[in-house]
Amino acid sequence: MTVELVLFVIFALVAVAGALAVVFSRNPIYSAIGLLATMVSLAVFYVVQSAQFVAMVQIIVYAGAVLTLFLFVIMFIGVDQAEDTEERIPRQRALVAALVLIVLVGAGVLVLRDQWTWVPAAPATAEAPNGTVQAVSTVLFEEWVLAFEVTSLLLVVAAAGAIALAYFRPVRKRRSVEQ
Amino acid sequence: MTVTPGWYMALAAVLFLIGAAGLLLRRNALIMFMSIELMLNAVALTFVSAGRALGDLDGQVAVFFVLVVAAAEVVVGLAIIVAVFRRRASASVDDLDELRG
Repeated sequence: MTVELVLFVIFALVAVAGALAVVFSRNPIYSAIGLLATMVSLAVFYVVQSAQFVAMVQIIVYAGAVLTLFLFVIMFIGVDQAEDTEERIPRQRALVAALVLIVLVGAGVLVLRDQWTWVPAAPATAEAPNGTVQAVSTVLFEEWVLAFEVTSLLLVVAAAGAIALAYFRPVRKRRSVEQ
Repeated sequence: MTVTPGWYMALAAVLFLIGAAGLLLRRNALIMFMSIELMLNAVALTFVSAGRALGDLDGQVAVFFVLVVAAAEVVVGLAIIVAVFRRRASASVDDLDELRG
């Protein structure tokens, strides 16, 4: 149990630091690296909670594929895009800070006064389920097989949409002639 | 001291809050997308922790579906960002305000 405590403290700090780096760094590359740190720490948490399959998928899909896609687009768009800091919505930053503060203080009060249960229906003696590939796939293909099939439809639509967006070039000249 | 699933869920709440703040604060479409990914990751951690507390594998299956949806969303979203960038050489969402009807 102490191992879990040490791992939790270390990787919780890494995850929060990475998340803050995503939001507050000027350079999008640093944001992507921060996101990578957060994703890898979450994978560690999954392993600790014996969700091995999810941890591997997290590393392969998120840290591997999604983040690489992000880095590709950052390289394509250029890293030195200066973001304008002018506030179009009045007092945007103050409003966001107030919102975050309200949520944090409210949740903190509830938790510290013991008026909050994280998982209401949890049995006290529940064992952590062992999330091996075999166990997860048994549940996935027995109970959730319809959702799984719908997922394939979603992926096909997403792929077709991405190809369509990349394929059709803007037709500026023809449009200016028509106008 | 024992690390209960509540600890992980508290951490996930903090990560979600940071992601939501990033989505509201930043104007760069890419950073906003990364903030959304952060929020999705936080929810996935909540699913796994709740599944552990309940002794149920459904939490991990839910994470699997969240992952698939996130991957599809990133593919389409980044394609839109690239398409917008090709047209107006900017990744700032404020430059798209002429889309308003």
